[in-house]
Amino acid sequence: MIFNEKIECMGREELKNLQSERLKKLVAYIYDNNPVYRKKLDQHGIGPASVKSIDDIVNLPFTTKEDMRDNYPFKLFSRPVSEISEIHVSSGTTGNPTVVGYTKDDLDLWSEVVARAIACAGGVPGDMIQIAYGYGLFTGGLGLHYGALKLGCTILPMSSGQTKRQLKLMTDFQPRILCCTPSYTLYMLDEAREMGLDPRASSWKIGIFGAEPWSDTMRTEIEQAWNMLATDIYGLSEITGPGVSQECAHKCGMHICSDVFYPEVIDSVTGNAMPEGEYGELVFTTLTKQGIPLLRYRTRDIVSINYEQCVCGRTSPRMSKVRGRTDDMIIVRGINVFPSQIEHVLLGIEGVQPHYQLIVERSVGGLDDLEIQVEIEEPFFSDEIKVLENLKQKIAREMESVLGINAKIRFVEPKTIQRSEGKAKRVIDKRTL
Amino acid sequence: MKIMQISIFLENRKGRLHEVTSLLGNNKINIRALNIAETGDFGVMRLVVDKPQEALALLKSKNFVASTTDIVAIEVADKPGGLAEVLKTITDNNVNIEYMYGFVEKRSDQALLVFRFDNADNAVAALKQNGIKIVTESEIKSL
Repeated sequence: MIFNEKIECMGREELKNLQSERLKKLVAYIYDNNPVYRKKLDQHGIGPASVKSIDDIVNLPFTTKEDMRDNYPFKLFSRPVSEISEIHVSSGTTGNPTVVGYTKDDLDLWSEVVARAIACAGGVPGDMIQIAYGYGLFTGGLGLHYGALKLGCTILPMSSGQTKRQLKLMTDFQPRILCCTPSYTLYMLDEAREMGLDPRASSWKIGIFGAEPWSDTMRTEIEQAWNMLATDIYGLSEITGPGVSQECAHKCGMHICSDVFYPEVIDSVTGNAMPEGEYGELVFTTLTKQGIPLLRYRTRDIVSINYEQCVCGRTSPRMSKVRGRTDDMIIVRGINVFPSQIEHVLLGIEGVQPHYQLIVERSVGGLDDLEIQVEIEEPFFSDEIKVLENLKQKIAREMESVLGINAKIRFVEPKTIQRSEGKAKRVIDKRTL
Repeated sequence: MKIMQISIFLENRKGRLHEVTSLLGNNKINIRALNIAETGDFGVMRLVVDKPQEALALLKSKNFVASTTDIVAIEVADKPGGLAEVLKTITDNNVNIEYMYGFVEKRSDQALLVFRFDNADNAVAALKQNGIKIVTESEIKSL
């Protein structure tokens, strides 16, 4: 079913008019309500009157992850914190995390786009939906929850982990929809077989999988193993969380809710628009958000957008899978990890130099493993093993508190970490997606 | 009375030990005592050599992480109870042993052991008082 047929199947011209109206209002709203943006817009010589249509968006300044960090925690909000209903937090590049706030209307908007997403994947009111994304500051769990509520599903709010329990309740309750990271489905596969379950006989018929990169090969693997349709969902907390875009059953790109999240694809170096259909950095403007509306937010995700109408009937533009990143962020078990965070932690430990490398591997079980190799150096080298082991544990503890995931720490000899043109290669991603 | 020990960080990977020993051998540095402490993914090699300063400079020039530690080498009678006798003196004087290991060769009827104490000075004083022979650096060279 199409949850909001009027919007999702709107003609391109009509949609453009709607986007233009919304952009005009948005710029005026931000200009009036956020001093940081007002200053920035003034510097660019842009006022509310400068925007006549959506095409004028190219004249607006970009917003970056650094802007989020520099204005931590609430300075990019356009509403006082007392009017914010909910706050979500994701990891940032260094030090400060990224904070977003939703007003009641923003939560309604989020519910709306996720309801569209679940319907887009094939969900209908009355379906039981097992939400195995983490609930909490991470947007995955609650985002799907709100959308499922809006659509009228029966929610099984499992959150992540507790695999045996996930499988038991699936067997006992027979939910039709599963939401989690794609790698978790592969992890559950082993567990299911150990429990003597036949994965192909599972009740799950539709999967809404996201929060980490995955490939079509992995999709085929999941679909065959579980006998289900595996669809891709995209989102980032800065824009709203999951629900920014979602694949339909035809699996030919993720339908973007462009009436509310206006997408652009730019050349990440020049900032200019890429020709339609070509790959570039994805940029979003939140046309109707109130709590923390963002102008031209640079996602650093590399995608292409197809504006042709889909066979499913929706006219919404469809984005490709994320092909890469313009920075060196990696996603491990749904968590954003920035090499700069690692550097920050190491610098904070006495005697340790920030010479490190991240190795990400997908284990046989399907989950990602993060190993941080740290070059050992004289100031903290000791002839006593216990001193070295203690240091290793200290680094592991600090990493876990900053990154939010367990990482294996390995000491390596100096100069073992590859350096190319003087710049160390910080991330080795061995996952074959 | 203390002897310089060289400690080297070694990644747990094939051939690494051979690389260290051949580097020393090719430079005419003789290993007198040796011990390796290992964990899952790395080890610390501890060495007593005839030319410690030279060895240290050489290792560092080859990018090994190496440091020096003061240790004490003791002559222990090579007979039942010989080691226990020495350890009694150490224990009675409230000195802790971080680790210990034996020499590659022995002198006459005496075994040579290397000790890393938490307080080397106290240990040396106590051992001397109890007439236990401590081996000097020059003696090690002439072994």
